[in-house]
Amino acid sequence: MTDFLTSVGYGQWILHALIALPVLGAIVVLFGTTANAKRIGLVVAVLEFILSIGLWWAVDTRPGTMQLVAAIPWIPTWGISYRVGIDGISLFMVLLTTMLLPLCVLSSFTYIAKREKAYYALLLLLTTGVLGVFISLDLFVFYVFWELMLIPMYFLIGIWGGTNRLYAAIKFFVFTMAGSLLMLVAILVMVYRIRVVTGVLSFSYEHLLLNAVKVRSWSPWLFGGFGLAFAIKVPIFPFHTWLPDAHVEAPTAGSVMLASVLLKMGIYGFLRFAIPFFPSVALGPDITALVIGLALIGIIYGALVAMVQPDIKKLVAYSSVSHLGFAMLGVWAGSVQSVQGALMVMIGHGFSTGALFFLIGMLYERRHTREISAYGGIARVVPLFSVILMIASLSSIGLPGLNGFIGEFLILLGSFRNHPVAVGLATTGVIFAAAYLLWALQRLIFNRLDKPENSSLRDLTLREVLVMAPLVIGIVWLGLFPGPVLRKMEPATKRYLELADPGIHPIKLFSFADKSK
Amino acid sequence: MPQHSYGAIPWIGLTVLLPLLGFLVNGTLALVRPQAKRVVSLVGTGVLLASFIVAVLVVLQLRQETLIGPYTVTFWHWIVVDTLQIDFAFALDHLSAVMLLVVTGVGFLIHVFSVGYMREDPGYARFFAYLNLFIVFMLLLVLGSTVPLMFVGWEGVGLCSYLLIGFWYEEKANADAGKKAFIVNRIGDFGVLLAMFILWTSIHTLNFAVIAERAPTMLEAGGPVVTMVTLFLFLGCVGKSAQIPLYVWLPDAMAGPTPVSALIHAATMVTAGVYLVARTNVLFAMAPLSSTLVAGIGALTALFAATIGLRQYDIKKVLAYSTVSQLGYMFIGVGTGAYVAGVFHLVTHAFFKALLFLGSGSVIHAMHQAYHATHAHEDAQDMRNMGGLHRYMPWTFALMTIATLAIAGVPPFSGFFSKDEILAAAFARGAEHPVFYLFWGMGLVGALLTAYYMARLLTMTFLGDNRTGTAEQEHLHEAPWVMTAPLVVLGALSLAGGILNLPAFVGGHHALETWLDPVFEPAKKFSQLVMPHGSTELLLIGGAVVIAVIGLVAGIRGTLVRPIVVAKNAPAEMGFARVLFNKYYIDELYQFLIVSPIVGLSRLVLWKGVDQSVVDGFFVNGSAALMRGLGWLGSRLQTGQVGVYVILFLVGVVWILGSVLR
Repeated sequence: MTDFLTSVGYGQWILHALIALPVLGAIVVLFGTTANAKRIGLVVAVLEFILSIGLWWAVDTRPGTMQLVAAIPWIPTWGISYRVGIDGISLFMVLLTTMLLPLCVLSSFTYIAKREKAYYALLLLLTTGVLGVFISLDLFVFYVFWELMLIPMYFLIGIWGGTNRLYAAIKFFVFTMAGSLLMLVAILVMVYRIRVVTGVLSFSYEHLLLNAVKVRSWSPWLFGGFGLAFAIKVPIFPFHTWLPDAHVEAPTAGSVMLASVLLKMGIYGFLRFAIPFFPSVALGPDITALVIGLALIGIIYGALVAMVQPDIKKLVAYSSVSHLGFAMLGVWAGSVQSVQGALMVMIGHGFSTGALFFLIGMLYERRHTREISAYGGIARVVPLFSVILMIASLSSIGLPGLNGFIGEFLILLGSFRNHPVAVGLATTGVIFAAAYLLWALQRLIFNRLDKPENSSLRDLTLREVLVMAPLVIGIVWLGLFPGPVLRKMEPATKRYLELADPGIHPIKLFSFADKSK
Repeated sequence: MPQHSYGAIPWIGLTVLLPLLGFLVNGTLALVRPQAKRVVSLVGTGVLLASFIVAVLVVLQLRQETLIGPYTVTFWHWIVVDTLQIDFAFALDHLSAVMLLVVTGVGFLIHVFSVGYMREDPGYARFFAYLNLFIVFMLLLVLGSTVPLMFVGWEGVGLCSYLLIGFWYEEKANADAGKKAFIVNRIGDFGVLLAMFILWTSIHTLNFAVIAERAPTMLEAGGPVVTMVTLFLFLGCVGKSAQIPLYVWLPDAMAGPTPVSALIHAATMVTAGVYLVARTNVLFAMAPLSSTLVAGIGALTALFAATIGLRQYDIKKVLAYSTVSQLGYMFIGVGTGAYVAGVFHLVTHAFFKALLFLGSGSVIHAMHQAYHATHAHEDAQDMRNMGGLHRYMPWTFALMTIATLAIAGVPPFSGFFSKDEILAAAFARGAEHPVFYLFWGMGLVGALLTAYYMARLLTMTFLGDNRTGTAEQEHLHEAPWVMTAPLVVLGALSLAGGILNLPAFVGGHHALETWLDPVFEPAKKFSQLVMPHGSTELLLIGGAVVIAVIGLVAGIRGTLVRPIVVAKNAPAEMGFARVLFNKYYIDELYQFLIVSPIVGLSRLVLWKGVDQSVVDGFFVNGSAALMRGLGWLGSRLQTGQVGVYVILFLVGVVWILGSVLR
């Protein structure tokens, strides 16, 4: 496989192609007929996925450094160039995104019935934005992609969303914007201060990474700017309230993209930027205590609030708060196991929560309600749907043998040495997860079939089976054979851990006590 | 040197693979062709038979082998991160061999029984799919060479238990019971997870064999680490094996079809906790505090559950509390350090309790068909509606009598030997720690109650006059051979199971003890147990037998002396009997103290309060309102003259750039 990829020069053009193809696809969709929009969208999405598969072989993950790095000067006077690259961490974020895209398109075929051209074009644009965030190695370009993904998402929620879609779309936009503007300020200040020290004006990731330590006195403020943007995206309690609203109102594919990919950008941002830039602040005792405390709140609070939701989509949304809390704990615990566990949660949550949102969407298309109480006993009429819903839920619960377990287990195992009490509390999350999902399952598919309108529900169609099959296979496969993925992540994780060394004198945030040196 | 051949041992994976295939085939059929019952029965029972045959071959080979250590068969590297390496591998030793035989053997018999019992059920294929899947997970639990792989089985059997308890999910109570089982078990699983984390942090391994190797040297005997690990492990056992305070799910689990109660909730899954303690015997032997707690919880549960069993009328509920109680005895055994006795009782209990459940299944089956024939809507499980069934079901009666004598501890039935060994061990430990005399006493009283409620069950069901109804009596008859044949085999095992570990005073050689010796050898360094012998032994045995006979006689006479009123006309229980009938109101207490407060807190305080009012209402929407207010002020600036805008814009840009690029 590697030989074939080399012979076509795969490594040279693939990252550019992955960014450009969806944009070109979006243009074709817009110029095509409405009837063809979904087909063109699907072709482009499948092509994008097929192209991306080669990355598994083309990216050499063994050194743990950035691979396939390519740079095109953009605004040389400001030190901005379009620089991209990929390592063992971003590889899986990219593959997760490209894998979900065709499924998102396919799942929208009947769900979306108005302004289809715009819809599929925006979905493709969103993909470009997301992929750009994961592979850009220039902070300016990163920021552009970060904002680029915001706009399609805003429209996806605002146009094709549910009844309260405008409130949700604006809330999503304002929350994310508030964070990202602070991040923009932080980027600009950082670049500027580093120029003052080094004399080089550059937005290049490596340049900033190398010299971040020279603007140490600014790092609490800079970390605050980056950290807030990422914290909102994760989302960390108490910045999470945009999530349930956005999820509930977004169309199915929007919810899937939001949960499976967009949320991961927050954690990714911490791993790639905020922590390696400012390890002495980020991993200092104050912030560590704060983040782990908030992560614990997220885990337990998210689960408890999920338990009492009458709306199934909101339930899954709050469960994301809980799952991402685990990932935050893993990142801040900072052992190889816990960080790789966090990465596995990011992937695993993408599969299981993505699957749950697809399934809820399929149910919604049939009955036009997301109220849990509107269902009950439907396992008898839609057995296949119920089996898949069960598998996805069990994965989300963290049943060992399925993918959800691997991440949570690694995080908790790897965090125990330094944070035993936090792990003890976080582990109670497995009890609550079982409670909220099994309770919901019971009210959806078990109990008596007492609502006549449910007795004629149609089981999954072939198209819907095609959407679910890759996710179900992934859920089982990653649960049983996580080895290859873990092995590819490990060098990059270790490199991250070298960068994320708080040093001998971690900064105490609230004292700015750096005067001693 | 010629390569040593391990015979059938490398094929051990087949014991799991075959039921897995059965699950896949039956699961597919359940979705595609649920009416293909013949194929389903053939596949469902066939894979179990094949699995049992492989298991027998494997264990026969193990007898030939001389090496002590576990025989490990590695399939692939499962979780590999840095120094953490968890293989997907099976470990065969003398302990897992015993479990392997019990699970596949008793499992096969129960599968056969199910062919008859579930014949009319529309979910036939689904049932066999779940049953096959259960065997897969149970064998993973038994054979897993590492704690995490064992945990896959551990939670997997919980999943199957959940699915099978709620098999008839259209009844809300059944779905509730399944969910309750899973969640209560998760509380225990929390303990297993934490135990794994502590083990990994302290001795850097999760492999059972390596744990047994490293723990004695790397951990301090009686120290905090080993005590914590064992306490957390035991929390898992308390959940899975339904001990106080987490036993509440098991009685409710009787909502599942009766073969499920026999297989999962009596013979195999619920004994996993006992198995886990035996598997990690070195750790428990190093933690005397934990071991004492294990024995104490076991004794308390044995006695407590037995008292509830005295006043239940549902035939399966009696057996459920009996199972909780008997599991308590096993924990007295392993907590006392008499690991062999605990495992011995596990095995004999698998025989006689599976027999009791399947026998009750035959009874329920007959009752159900009788009521079905007359279109009556009576409770087919209520013993007050039975009586005199020995006339209609002589085989079932005879076999259940054997099982009753076995569980009551009457010689020479199997339960006599195993229970006796446990109580003798507790007595012996008393010399060292007097509290074990108390546990022994509790076990003895529990034995009395056991004999009583079992005799009551047998009497109410099979003796006296029939209360089912005159029209129904014509339809009462023995179950078909496919159901009775497994009962006969289990009857033989319940009768003669004691042979496995015959004590010296009847000329035996403690065969099971010798067989399991390599597994429990390391624990002996930390906790020696001198079993009573001579006159002490004979006195203990004599006392236990007398107590069993008293209980049996009292149970029969006490039940026959008063006329029994059929369920629908029965008056409400009064006084303490009412407390017992209502199971000490423990479920209500948990609901009131734990479930309701958590749900209430989540809904009213966290969701409506913190999330909607404080975060969203005050901060988010509040700041939005503030912005709207500022916006209104700002709108006053909107003069509509473009020139003003341009100037303002320029001023702003210059100001921002100026402050950033200063």
